[in-house]
Amino acid sequence: MTTLSYDNGLVMDTTARIIEKHDLTKITKLFVVHAPLVARNAAPGQFVILRVTETGERIPISLTDFDRDAGTITIVVQEVGRTSALVNALDLGDDFLDFVGPLGDPVPLPEDGHAVLIGGGFGTGALFPLARELRKRGVRVSSIIGARTRSLVILSQLLSKESDELHVCTDDGSAGYHGFVTGRLEELLDAGAGFTHCFAVGPMPMMRAVATTTEKRGLPTMVSLDPLMVDGTGMCGGCRVSVGGESLFACVDGPFFDAHQVDFDIADDRLQIYKEQEKVACERAGLGR
Amino acid sequence: MPIVYPHKTEMPCRDPEERRRSWDEVAEGYTAERAIAEARRCLNCQDPVCELGCPVNVPIREFVRAIAIGDFEGAARAIRRRNLLPAICGRVCPVEHQCEATCALAGRQDPVGIGRLERFAADWVRQHGNGGETAAAQVWREEKVAIVGSGPAGLTVASDLAQLGYPVSIFEALHAFGGVLRYGIPQYRLPKEIVDEDVEHLKALGVEFVRDVIIGKTVTIDELLDEFGYSAIFVGTGAGSPIFMNIPGENLKGIYSANEFLTRVNLMKAYAFPEYDTPVYRPRRAAVIGAGDTAMDAVRCSIRLGAEEGHIVYRRSENEKGARAEDFERARDEGVIFDWLTLPQRYLGDENNWVRGLECIRTELGEPDESGRRRPVPVPGSEFVIEADLVVIALGTNPNPLVPHSTRGLDVDSHGCIVADPETGATSRKGLFAGGDIVTGAATVILAMGAGRKAATAIHEYLQKQHTETVAARGEEAQVPTSEDVAASRLDVSFAEHEIEERHRGYGDGTVWARDYATASELRGFVESFRRRMEGDSEIVTNGTEHMNVDGSSDFEGPYWEGFLEGAEEVFIEGSGR
Repeated sequence: MTTLSYDNGLVMDTTARIIEKHDLTKITKLFVVHAPLVARNAAPGQFVILRVTETGERIPISLTDFDRDAGTITIVVQEVGRTSALVNALDLGDDFLDFVGPLGDPVPLPEDGHAVLIGGGFGTGALFPLARELRKRGVRVSSIIGARTRSLVILSQLLSKESDELHVCTDDGSAGYHGFVTGRLEELLDAGAGFTHCFAVGPMPMMRAVATTTEKRGLPTMVSLDPLMVDGTGMCGGCRVSVGGESLFACVDGPFFDAHQVDFDIADDRLQIYKEQEKVACERAGLGR
Repeated sequence: MPIVYPHKTEMPCRDPEERRRSWDEVAEGYTAERAIAEARRCLNCQDPVCELGCPVNVPIREFVRAIAIGDFEGAARAIRRRNLLPAICGRVCPVEHQCEATCALAGRQDPVGIGRLERFAADWVRQHGNGGETAAAQVWREEKVAIVGSGPAGLTVASDLAQLGYPVSIFEALHAFGGVLRYGIPQYRLPKEIVDEDVEHLKALGVEFVRDVIIGKTVTIDELLDEFGYSAIFVGTGAGSPIFMNIPGENLKGIYSANEFLTRVNLMKAYAFPEYDTPVYRPRRAAVIGAGDTAMDAVRCSIRLGAEEGHIVYRRSENEKGARAEDFERARDEGVIFDWLTLPQRYLGDENNWVRGLECIRTELGEPDESGRRRPVPVPGSEFVIEADLVVIALGTNPNPLVPHSTRGLDVDSHGCIVADPETGATSRKGLFAGGDIVTGAATVILAMGAGRKAATAIHEYLQKQHTETVAARGEEAQVPTSEDVAASRLDVSFAEHEIEERHRGYGDGTVWARDYATASELRGFVESFRRRMEGDSEIVTNGTEHMNVDGSSDFEGPYWEGFLEGAEEVFIEGSGR
């Protein structure tokens, strides 16, 4: 990590130190990271790439929040494999080995209308900066967030602060609407909610279901794709996704794409490339998956 | 009696069978004996045309002659005056198209093995103490320079400007420095320890290295100039964006761009999975599309990852391939199969959407196209399938758009390359210079270094002019260097003085002009090094009045030899040293 000081008092500091850590679920943690250089130009819809150990992978993580003045970035990390487990084992005061960003294009947001934000699982974390910016612009915000069960619902309080209405859904009915987020979305649409834009972040099957629903209803929708990535700067093409028949790179052309143009089959499939290796890595790390 | 050795001295290489499964460096480099033997093949031309073939004008004649007399440190010093990355260039330069192509011997016999000698000199000082260049330069100027990208172009600019006393910051997007030297060129061809050493060397010169900063995202060019107060910026971000063919099936699993495949293997060390966390697919049969340096790197990596067969699939013929001769030959020795005149048309997948092969069509060469190479024309009805469970697409790259897209007032051409003056690197934006692949499109390490060298000179001129104007406006005297500053600024930017001063050591036909050696011990060093190469053969050494028969066991120590050499006007050496 490097710190350069400038005559006019500016500092270029690439250190990224954890200043807050919260458990959202057993396997989902929220980190507030003091990373002033990354926060400086952060915008809604962007992400960071981080690394924890010298032998470690680079993994992309969406921004859950940023504060340019305080120089902080908030991220939510769910343990899904070897590297996310290493991240979640970090503690207050620890530094990330590498923490680079902000990456990706900021999501294009409307200036008016009524946006519905849909979050599934830990994807909910990525919605908050969108909600805040939309409200700032005077756009009405309805949020629908879903999880398997009550204990896995995350960030409902945070998101409710920047939502005109918040709908919680659980697969088992233990909280809020009993069913998938798309079920609740259909209900609201049927009731004449008057949504003009939709943004969805979550597991691939959820985003695909939202895309199918909103396409039928003619509701413009953007989804945030989270493919495998190496450099995050457009160099490797590993994160390519097929959008409208064209190969685009999620790291520089996305991560938000027109949901009705995305080929979800390919996107889903390409997430499985290293399934075998991930098993090996997890077993080796004693993660017992 | 002139001694003629028509062939390049062999460079020891590890056995192809062994290296098919090893990431250790393939070419082991010259021993001192072999280096001297090879250096002695140099004719020491009055007009060293080899140097014209070098994009950074390394004083080739001088360094080769220094090796010939056993002054390896002197050789390294001479190279380093013009090339701060000799251990790298000695390994990766396409010498057959550059210095060795213009060597006076070329054509009649093998050219002098300049690349191998450069590598030898660089490695020798790496292994035997200091290259004479490790003392810290002093930063004494006030104009700060930012460099974007730590590849060969950026490292060259950083080194040149640091040696002139400028405060230099170099920004790298990835977590390790070196650009293509780090993520692109494999370990077996360029050990990463060498890149590390070169970076450390620049740090010792006072260059600030900052990783994890993506210029155009983390901080923009505009911010560097307007807010962070950099007086000039060099952009050397390389040719970042991989080209795909846009043929059916390209998103099947198991199909990589060369950038991704090589980055996983080299930067992330996926070959050491699971010790390293980043995975890469280990293939049974690999097909690499393209026939340039990158394609050779990819196919040879695939073999090292365990592929039983590695194919190069290229739509033109062997004659049109872009790869360096040496790497092509090594790939062939390692068992790579070359499918020339073969054009992939679509990829075939298995039931899990993993690639299982490429449907190809044979081509024949027609009329030359705009590149001057004969255009491949598909032969109807010649379709066939190459089976492969790994495909790497090595068809080149487009410029990385991050800087062009995020910078005000920066002109780019229709390919997305930054428009820059080929002589100075100056762009449409004042104070912003660019060079390397981001300007030229994908090229070579040494061409990027050449562009960096020119840009460094231009940046220096630009900043001196700025400085004069600034201090005049402040009503001050221009900042002048102290003698320590000058001593610390070792870069020979004019490049003329040393060439004038250079001692012409007549040599090449078996005659050594003793008067050209500063000291008797320097001369003795040469005679000694010559003796070492003899394997029992008798040689005659004469200083003009006395003759000495010597052989491999002769000992040059002692007062007699001191006198013999001290009194010599010239020393003739004849015999069959090899």
